Amino acid sequence: MAREMMYADAIAAAIVEEMQRDPNVVLYGQNLAMTERDPMLKKFGKDRVRIAPISETAEIGIGIGAAMTGLRPIVELWMSEFMLVAFDQVINEAPRFRYMSGGQVKVPLVLKAGFGFCAGWAGQHSNCVYHTMMGIPGLKVVVPSTPADAKGLMTAAIRDDNPVVYLHHYMLTLDKGEVPDGEHVVPIGVADVKRTGSDITIVATGWMVEKSLAAADRLAKEGISAEVVDPRTLAPLDVKTIIESVKKTGRLVLVDQAPRHSSAAAVIAGEVAEHGFEYLRAPVKMVTALDTPVPYSEPLENYILPNEDKIVAAVKAVMANQAVAA
Amino acid sequence: MPRKQAEVLGKDRLIWMYTQMVRIREFEEAVKRTFIEHPGVIRGHSHLGDGAEASIVGALSTRNRTDLVMPSYRCHGYPIVLGTPLRKMMAEIFGRKDGLCKGFGGSMHLEDPANHFPGTSGIIGQSIAHATGAALTAQVKKRGQIVYCFFGDGASKQGAFFESLNMAAVWKLPVVYILENNQYQAYTHFSLEDANEVAGDPLSQKAAAFSIPGTTVDGTDPLAVNKVVSKAAERARAGKGPSLIESKFYRLSAHGNVITVPPLPTQFPEHEAVAVYGDKAEFAKWKAKDPVVRFRSRLLKDRVLSEAAVKRIEAAARAEVQDAVKFGLASPLPLPEEATNYVYA
Repeated sequence: MAREMMYADAIAAAIVEEMQRDPNVVLYGQNLAMTERDPMLKKFGKDRVRIAPISETAEIGIGIGAAMTGLRPIVELWMSEFMLVAFDQVINEAPRFRYMSGGQVKVPLVLKAGFGFCAGWAGQHSNCVYHTMMGIPGLKVVVPSTPADAKGLMTAAIRDDNPVVYLHHYMLTLDKGEVPDGEHVVPIGVADVKRTGSDITIVATGWMVEKSLAAADRLAKEGISAEVVDPRTLAPLDVKTIIESVKKTGRLVLVDQAPRHSSAAAVIAGEVAEHGFEYLRAPVKMVTALDTPVPYSEPLENYILPNEDKIVAAVKAVMANQAVAA
Repeated sequence: MPRKQAEVLGKDRLIWMYTQMVRIREFEEAVKRTFIEHPGVIRGHSHLGDGAEASIVGALSTRNRTDLVMPSYRCHGYPIVLGTPLRKMMAEIFGRKDGLCKGFGGSMHLEDPANHFPGTSGIIGQSIAHATGAALTAQVKKRGQIVYCFFGDGASKQGAFFESLNMAAVWKLPVVYILENNQYQAYTHFSLEDANEVAGDPLSQKAAAFSIPGTTVDGTDPLAVNKVVSKAAERARAGKGPSLIESKFYRLSAHGNVITVPPLPTQFPEHEAVAVYGDKAEFAKWKAKDPVVRFRSRLLKDRVLSEAAVKRIEAAARAEVQDAVKFGLASPLPLPEEATNYVYA
């Protein structure tokens, strides 16, 4: 059985269920549980649900120390860019301890943050900063695109014994979708084929998944069968599922909200070039944000972002390409 | 010697304290000698705690059996006191398979969680947040533990210091912050970078920013350190929150071995006071206050120890360290393909 839930509610439900299941799970962040009336505070008490000052370095660093000594903290960071003021803790502390200790300690920590908020937040609150994180051994990065994945990946992230950056897309917050009842775990490191097709593979993450699915609907009307693959986890990346899809379709378009050179798409394109070249019947194409910061005004913002039209155009260009066929 | 404190501790504890101080000193001198006697065996950057013995042992002599200890990358002294086998420590510094961390950590990361030593960070100041997090665990799980967080004067200029102390004070976390003012942040004298020092104030003044107790203590006197840390530890145990202690002493070795690119050999240079600032008098003044020598004289004078007992303690420490060096050198290097282990739990 399943029921319809909002993306944001699905995330919250996973946190509540895991906090009920495991007393070691604690939650803290800025502007969280500010009054005694807060439902999470009422449910779990002030030891386990806390308000933090605007101190990302300490919030994340405390999460690491707490995780090393037996808790499973969830740090609510709200916006992924706020991690940038504490990037040492994210990149060069949390993922290092297990390795540096020769496997003696573990750091079960969830860093929860929204990203990609393209609703007029301008240059510093609208970005996709996962590229650096997905290249850090020891750090896991998940990017759910549906309410079901949002719940299942949060559950998996809390249960994981490694630091997990959980990135939920702000533009999906109010999206509704079916979420399986009861315990629902989406394994970290497993991609999902969101739509099957035979002519071309579209790999997309986050908000770009629904845009790619919409583009695939349009393309279907024109006789082009597109398969849409959502990696769901950027680290560790499920290259196998992507290669299998490319093997089937022979063509690939990668859609990513980040600028070209800081996109997950660029990394995936490299993997396909090495491991899937023989299956490609045309060069790959990346549909990414333009190489600009994110502007404020709506027409400017729309101009730099990938959208349905750009995805459709890219797919048609790849379909039309005969260069590699010979 | 503050006699009262000596009486509180008793003869056995005083002898234990002196023994730990000697073990630390012998260990650090052996590490230093390895750069000369076995060039190339120690890679990267090693940081020694000679000069810090009284501060380390004075503080840890207040510790209960399950309390956690989380210092910076200058981390050799603490696990020695906690009972970590010196063999495993030396093997780790030598990058060997039998090292504490199987050769994955080295001098800056002598992690021994089984001995209440969860981990150290090589990035200055960042471990202050980790220690604060360990105190959060202690509080949430009601373990009755406290956390001893050690860091240098340089680290007290990091954002992690200010953010962590603020949160610990707000959450009343059971942690004792021990600011080891060894007077040099890496290569720079603290008078060039610390606002309190520039104003002629003690560095413990920083505690006032968080409305927590701040005390400065002579870090060359283990009994004085024991006394102030006892008070801070009691406060932490009572659920009243953190304290900041500035333990002022002098690092007797340079910040670390010389940073060179292989195949150029590296070893410890002269102390920054001499090498950077040309101030031989400053170094001589503090060398004369060597905490190990001072404590030994006091224990002899007070007849806590006899000359023969001192010799026995020193000979035992030397033998233990020599054995550790021998063990480390004999231990095999890890297999190359082990490098892909332990990335994920």
